[in-house]
Amino acid sequence: MLNTLKNRFEQGYRTCSYPKEKPAVFERYRGRPIIQKDVSQKIVEMCANACPQDAIDIGLKKIDMGRCVFCGTCERISNGAFVKFTGDFEISTSKKEHLLTDGDLPALAEHSKQHFKKLFGRSLQLRQVSAAGCNACEADLNVLATPFFDLARFGINFVASPRHSDGIVVTGPVSRNMKTALLTTYEAIPDPKVVIAVGSCSITGGPFVGSPEIAQGLDTILPVDLFIPGCPPHPLTNLHALLTFFK
Amino acid sequence: MTTAFIEISNGEKLAREQIPHLSFDEFQKNALDIVKEGGKVVQYFGYQDDGAMKLMAVLRTDKLLVAGCDALDVYPSFSQTCEPFHMFEREIAEQFGIRPEGHPWLKMVRYHPNYRNMPDVFGNDYEQDIPGNYKYYQVEGDEIHEVAVGPVHAGVIEPGHFRFNCIGERVLNLEIHLGYQHRAVENLLYNVQAKRLPILAENIAGDTTIGHGLCMAQAVEALTQVKPDRGARIIRSIALELERLANHIGDLGALSGDVAFLPPANYFGRLRGDFLNLSLLLCGNRFGKGLVRPGGVRFSLPDDMRKILDERLKELRPEVEHVLELLFSASTVRARFEDCGIVSTLDAEKLGLVGPAGRACGIPYDVRRSFPTEHYTRIAIPENKKPSGDVYARARVRYDEVLQSLDIIQSLIGLPVETKCVNDGSYNLPASSFVVTLNEAWRGEVSHVMLTDKEGKILRYKVKDPSFHNWNGLAMSLRDTGISDFPLNNKSFNLSYCGFDL
Repeated sequence: MLNTLKNRFEQGYRTCSYPKEKPAVFERYRGRPIIQKDVSQKIVEMCANACPQDAIDIGLKKIDMGRCVFCGTCERISNGAFVKFTGDFEISTSKKEHLLTDGDLPALAEHSKQHFKKLFGRSLQLRQVSAAGCNACEADLNVLATPFFDLARFGINFVASPRHSDGIVVTGPVSRNMKTALLTTYEAIPDPKVVIAVGSCSITGGPFVGSPEIAQGLDTILPVDLFIPGCPPHPLTNLHALLTFFK
Repeated sequence: MTTAFIEISNGEKLAREQIPHLSFDEFQKNALDIVKEGGKVVQYFGYQDDGAMKLMAVLRTDKLLVAGCDALDVYPSFSQTCEPFHMFEREIAEQFGIRPEGHPWLKMVRYHPNYRNMPDVFGNDYEQDIPGNYKYYQVEGDEIHEVAVGPVHAGVIEPGHFRFNCIGERVLNLEIHLGYQHRAVENLLYNVQAKRLPILAENIAGDTTIGHGLCMAQAVEALTQVKPDRGARIIRSIALELERLANHIGDLGALSGDVAFLPPANYFGRLRGDFLNLSLLLCGNRFGKGLVRPGGVRFSLPDDMRKILDERLKELRPEVEHVLELLFSASTVRARFEDCGIVSTLDAEKLGLVGPAGRACGIPYDVRRSFPTEHYTRIAIPENKKPSGDVYARARVRYDEVLQSLDIIQSLIGLPVETKCVNDGSYNLPASSFVVTLNEAWRGEVSHVMLTDKEGKILRYKVKDPSFHNWNGLAMSLRDTGISDFPLNNKSFNLSYCGFDL
């Protein structure tokens, strides 16, 4: 008992004050990319060719955060002359096309559906369906339940049954073997319901793009309301998206 | 023992013609002899070469051994007399339509059509949903009941199907059916451009990013004869240990939660995040994605960062030790952990369990000691085996390894680490070559094999995650165990679905 209390005191209070204050993220973190438009075509092409995810649109001089895995190759090989990754983790969008960006993202709060805020603003229960990713997105959703993030303090919970939920959070590129289970889970959720795509896999297929065993983006199967990019998205990216879109 | 298999080293480039190409009978006899004498299967896989179907096996005793042969469409199953081949034969049957006659449990592994348009060994029509034409193992009797769980689970977890045959609370048999995460990673690995290779390897199992990333990088390095510098090897070892720390600590927290002892569950949950953040400190990603590349690492460890890492570890270490103490000294926790889900050493040997799951059954094998890579040649790794094979042993192995990993990292960052960072780049692989790489990731032995063809293109890329061995260990631990102890046993193994499903 004494030991339990001693540990309790040592652990102290650990919950972060986000969204009131933004916690510092280590310098090497790669968040929202910004684009230098006035760079030479040659550098743009060099970055586009080196990009393992083919996420750079040469003509538009934009980067698709839905395909990007934030590996930072483009930034490294051009010394940031074309793409620079900032420490900004607030990168989610309500439309897939907004992910193709030059760095300016529309304010998520303004694009959220107002009836969602009314319905789910005080209580949002989510079912998570993991559909063939690498388990990193799942891991960084799970940490939202730890004391540091403490998602439950906002009235948002991950629940065990689709019957108890207001929407689904999908991770992974949706394998052929997982598609039916995903659709059945979706159908089991009462209307009105929300669909959230977490991670580049669920948005475009991510690292597995081109595999015949996967879907080419969750939005080809279900109507997606919220896109959270990253490989995996930082827990704060998830938290920002949920709070901004629904609160 | 004389054998037709030849000895090789971990991460050694061989010309494919150096590998003995035996007749099938000779291959079978030699492979069975080695494994029956206590050898283990590291890799056993099929590949197509100029239209011919071939097999290759990498076995381990205290050495690594390799040989290959031409495949037959039907052959007498090795598993009939030698269990460690069991999963591998099923995988070959699924991938290439080769039937191991007399296999004790010929069931598909991941549920996909074979790559050769052969008649399906399992009689499946893949237009139908998983599990297709498969009848789960059933225990018969008036009072038997079945419990079906998944593929979608109650928590934020990967998908898989569990089928329990129970009498009352007691589980007679647990059948685990996977394949829901199948993305055809192996096929992508040898079809994509070189620039995608590291990204794919890192995403085979995101919680084992460094483990799989290292296997891929070492394979490319061996084939292209590039040697990463000392600093890179140190940074990669640090990253592998950080990965181990984060996962082991997360597992201990989850185990604590499953026996309803919530303080350590919460503390470890938070501490796990602190270790993930140290990977982020190192390379900008909490799982270490983007760090390891063929030739070295993409991020250096300058002195100021080394100092932050050191300070953070010094701060975290006492907290970790105190929470470990809290967890393992609680009699209520001991009572639940001890004697729960026992896997005997003999069963573990037959199933070929690896990593902490194997060490908890008294099998000391650790790649870091037996076939060391990176900086592990200079680090003494203790045996860490525990004899009891129960949840307690699986937790206790993690306890020891958490403290050891902390020691290892702290000793590695004691001196300046200098490395010349590499960028992603293309490389030319040599023609007709072979390499196998092994690393001890947090779940155990990860192994990749690369074979190249006459033009230096990747002919076959074979991946094995430790979970490929260990899922059957979980099924075995549930025999005669209360069904309510399933979550606890499941956490004590904490296996990868995507690493298995590929």
